[in-house]
Amino acid sequence: MAQITVTVNGTTEHHDVEPRTLLVHFLRERLSLTGTHVGCDTSQCGACTVLLDGASVKSCTVLAVQADGASITTIEGIAKDGQYHPLQTAFWEQHGLQCGFCTPGMIMSSIDLLRRNPSPSEAEIRAGLEGNICRCTGYHNIVNAVAAAAEQMRAAATPAHVN
Amino acid sequence: MYPASFSYSSPTSLDDALALLAEHGEDAKLLAGGHSLLPLMKLRFAQPRYLVDLRRIANLSGIERSAGELKIGAMSTYAALAASDLVRTLVPMLADAAAQIGDPQVRNRGTIGGSLAHADPAADLPTVMLAADAQMAVVGRRGTRVIPAQAFFVGMLTTSLAPDEVLTEIRIPLADAREGSAYDKCRHPASRFALVGVAASIRLAADGTVLHARIAVGGMGPMAVRVAGAEAALKGHAPTAEVRHAAAALVAAAVDPQEDLQGTVAYKRNLAQVYAERALASAVHRAGG
Amino acid sequence: MTAPTTPAPSLFGASIKRREDPRFITGKGRFTDDVVMPGMTHAAFVRSPHAFAIIRSIDTSRASALPGVRAVFTGEQLAAAGVNGLPAGWLLPDIKVPYRPVLSVGHARHVGEAVAVVIADSAAVARDAAELVDVDYEPLVAVADTATALSHPTQIHDIAPDNRCFHWSIGDAAPVDAAFASAPHVVRQRFVNNRLAAMAMEPRASLASYDVAGDELTLYVTSQNPHVHRLIMGAFVLGLAEHRFRVIAPDVGGGFGSKIFIYPEEVVVAWAAKKIGRPVKWTATRSESFLTDAQGRDHVSEAEMALSNDGKVLALRVKTIANVGSGLSLFAPAVPTYLYATLLSGAYAIPAIHCEVDAVFTNTTPVDAYRGAGRPEACYLIERMMDLSAKHLGMSPVDIRRLNFIPAHAFPYQTPVALCYDSGNYEPALDMALTKADYASLLQRQAEGRANGRYIGIGFSTYIEACSIAPSQVVGALGSQAGLYESAHVRVHPTGSVTVYTGSHSHGQGHETTFAQIVADQLGIPMDAVDIVHGDTGKVQFGMGTYGSRSGALGGTSIYMSLQKIKDKAKKIAAHLLEAAEADIEFEGGKFYVRGAPDRAKQFADVTLAAYLGHNLPSGLEPGLEATSFFDPSNFTFPFGTHIAVVEIERSTGHVTLLNYIAVDDVGNVINPMIVDGMVHGGIAQGVAQALWESVHFAPDGQPLNASLMEYAVPRADQLIKYNTGRTVTPSPVNPLGVKGAGETGTIASTPAIANAVMDALSPFGVSHIDMPLTPSKLWTAMNGSTGGL
Repeated sequence: MAQITVTVNGTTEHHDVEPRTLLVHFLRERLSLTGTHVGCDTSQCGACTVLLDGASVKSCTVLAVQADGASITTIEGIAKDGQYHPLQTAFWEQHGLQCGFCTPGMIMSSIDLLRRNPSPSEAEIRAGLEGNICRCTGYHNIVNAVAAAAEQMRAAATPAHVN
Repeated sequence: MYPASFSYSSPTSLDDALALLAEHGEDAKLLAGGHSLLPLMKLRFAQPRYLVDLRRIANLSGIERSAGELKIGAMSTYAALAASDLVRTLVPMLADAAAQIGDPQVRNRGTIGGSLAHADPAADLPTVMLAADAQMAVVGRRGTRVIPAQAFFVGMLTTSLAPDEVLTEIRIPLADAREGSAYDKCRHPASRFALVGVAASIRLAADGTVLHARIAVGGMGPMAVRVAGAEAALKGHAPTAEVRHAAAALVAAAVDPQEDLQGTVAYKRNLAQVYAERALASAVHRAGG
Repeated sequence: MTAPTTPAPSLFGASIKRREDPRFITGKGRFTDDVVMPGMTHAAFVRSPHAFAIIRSIDTSRASALPGVRAVFTGEQLAAAGVNGLPAGWLLPDIKVPYRPVLSVGHARHVGEAVAVVIADSAAVARDAAELVDVDYEPLVAVADTATALSHPTQIHDIAPDNRCFHWSIGDAAPVDAAFASAPHVVRQRFVNNRLAAMAMEPRASLASYDVAGDELTLYVTSQNPHVHRLIMGAFVLGLAEHRFRVIAPDVGGGFGSKIFIYPEEVVVAWAAKKIGRPVKWTATRSESFLTDAQGRDHVSEAEMALSNDGKVLALRVKTIANVGSGLSLFAPAVPTYLYATLLSGAYAIPAIHCEVDAVFTNTTPVDAYRGAGRPEACYLIERMMDLSAKHLGMSPVDIRRLNFIPAHAFPYQTPVALCYDSGNYEPALDMALTKADYASLLQRQAEGRANGRYIGIGFSTYIEACSIAPSQVVGALGSQAGLYESAHVRVHPTGSVTVYTGSHSHGQGHETTFAQIVADQLGIPMDAVDIVHGDTGKVQFGMGTYGSRSGALGGTSIYMSLQKIKDKAKKIAAHLLEAAEADIEFEGGKFYVRGAPDRAKQFADVTLAAYLGHNLPSGLEPGLEATSFFDPSNFTFPFGTHIAVVEIERSTGHVTLLNYIAVDDVGNVINPMIVDGMVHGGIAQGVAQALWESVHFAPDGQPLNASLMEYAVPRADQLIKYNTGRTVTPSPVNPLGVKGAGETGTIASTPAIANAVMDALSPFGVSHIDMPLTPSKLWTAMNGSTGGL
């Protein structure tokens, strides 16, 4: 067993874990944060994507012990003060999800994508979502959702005119 | 999905890490970003008894320019390489390659040192290291040594790194103004590894002819290799499309592809030809040719 | 059935944002693997590494000795405990149905077949222990290839000589033979329809617990049809009475057919939970999914089309070998027969069709219904044959289709292969697609490109498909062992809110929204006042579940029927309260009023409250307000449309780039256009992927060659484009909503559109056909003048 301290969605957690525990299993089973999903075992599908110190990672390919000392954000932690993150809103409004299984990973990857590139082209959005697989939507509305969120976030970041 | 049990340490100094390696011998594996090792462990293709995590050791990551070299800490992530202005301007083929590894999440975790030490035949960075003539700085209990890239990769998933050594830094000799480099790859449609990847570094003389060239190819054989014949075919010539085509043909002749679901041997050789031409054209262009 | 009635256009037909989304975008969805129970244990399966082997012995002693292991079970133990094999749910004359135990007994017949199970306190320990189960196998020569399975010296099942599961035919051979004998043109082609992995994003999972006090077994399972799971597992496999067996399919992360079937793992988990007295959970790894989820397609067909000089199709003859894998998955026999050969007329008036099907066993993962199920195979074959025929005759692919379309006045149209198409009007969809594609400009661009070494291809698919498969009496006569109706119970609460219990199951389809739209529209109440309950046999009366694009037409209609019963009764109550004749009561906008006197009105909630108070009801009327309906329609529905794909092939590498994709679909009336478009998008992605990238491969010895996302190329966002969708509306006359079904059109239509586009791009190279997947290697080889290795 190894002791780890992680901050998850703003809450500090101290836990003993087996070294072989994957971060995704730690989040799902120890912290009951089941919004982070497991869709494959070869680090392809991206359903398990979370932010680790702000960067998107596949939590199925990180040991919980590797996250010791880190700050982690999961899908459960991105709404603020009861307000959806703009990407959550955009996925809803643009019908960017059907079965909903890939959605948390898609949204977490998109957050990192827009952090790196606030004004992505369609091609850049598609490339930025390369690490996430969806089987329902054909990606059409996911791409629209990310573009819509980017526009909304840019507008929100622009100071309003003051007369 | 559940790795076999192992013990774990995350030492805070290189000396401690080396001591753990010495203590556990063949049972121990180093853990950097984990994006080569953990997938194997989850499928239980790899079952190390002891993992030594390098993440707490200071000064293993970072990219800096010094005295004719670009020094890259082994724990630098692909994302850091792809985003680095130093890498983009000084070793553009490394930026090309780093930006095409896996996907964004993989690039946020995977490290250059981890990839090189793993030496996957379909990985991108070994190919770039060969064309960059990179030097691998390696630390062991017997001291430090520097291994040229060509001596570092010795076979499929095999390097000349000893089990009790740690790759700490990659040193890439800097190009001069008339040097250009590029990496291009054909990606496997599922894994995104290289079906073929070609790295080319071209230095032009004042008259526009090729002063020297380094060309490496990966993905089509047990390990990435330099292609001396292709380099020789360029040297002393103006790198016209015809000359590049002839050099690329020597790359295609040098690879050893196997027929599989991705294609026939003839097709794969053709891919080597096409991507070699693309890498060469881009490298020549960047060299000012 | 009377003429279609389209409800008022307020909510029905509106792109309402989905009500299920808030839980998914916040991570609050509840999938089977998310469910945790006190004392829960975990199962791990020991799987055969051999495609075909005798199991000489199984030694579980090392596994049992591992700390944390609760139990290890083998097939022999389950058989001794009375656990039956998995039944086949669709039977055909002279079909061979091999016994299919949930854990291998005697032989293992495909790589990944479950041989034993370990149950332990953690999933990791269960996996550790599974590796310690020692199985002594005697490997046998395996059969993997579809085309040669009938003549392979190995016989996989004692009861099935030549590895033949069944031989089946449809249509009348005599007129077909006569047409071929005198036809001026005959076009022939052999087609391989490549095998696909379903790859729902959520891997299969199950969690069972047994309540001793109540003698009730509860199973959470990734199912598209929990009542079917309960019926089959209870009645045929485990011997459990339905009132003591509850099956819950909570949020399910995609199914595409693969979660219709009863799988060994959920049976083992359910049995073991009762046996060991603790909850048992199993969740597949993706590797297990690739080896054990029922797969799709896998046909080898010889097709022949007889044509007149002017391009009229005179007859079609098809011989198909369909691979069903190592044993019969639940509905496997239906897929290459009644869901395939009956669709071979396509959108065309073909006077004579005959199709023979041989289904073969192989040492591969079982094959069953997947995303289109038989209809994509038929559509691919007929649409490729139309293109090949056009090419043979020097006709445009558009003209030959238009010439052979079943004319709009000919509906209902009886085909020579059993089906009677409900309604259709094919030319407007084709015309809309041509306009959207700007076809004349495209042809010009293609010609210019060719002159400059750019190879652009334009591919058509003017498809039809069949949804809402029914009626039960007919499918029963054809071999179905289940009815194919759907049910709904609508419960109106005293204050006017409504709970709907539907037998349909939503796993991405958005029923919680579309069904609520139907209810809110019919009752004139806000959608917020409507709750849709599905996926729990403990709550829902009964249901056949969701597959075959059936939920709108069948699930939706059964809700609609219950709503009419509700309205009829409410109208009686309203008339009584308003002291008016029932015949004079109108219901509109949530209000009952006396015709000609709109002020004499009662709100819906006033009437519902009166219904439950019971103080003032018409004499003889029971209190309460709820109704149950089972809808068993008179016929299938037949969506149709035109898809056009535009691709470019890179000469140097054979890489295919999608330049444009136009989909004009007619799915009858549309409840929620946003949701329908979304389903079309996803279907197109799968259809494109079958044509270009996805294909399950086995080596001749039955070893899977690409059973992982490292090798099996599910498309990512960067391989696809925005799809240009459009719609015509031809309501179905066979249900009162006029809906047809929209879940599979994209998948069915798009594969041949892409294949035709690729072959069109290759036409300068004199190539007429390449089998899918159309990999860059195959295309490059073709462009370089060789057909070797294709």
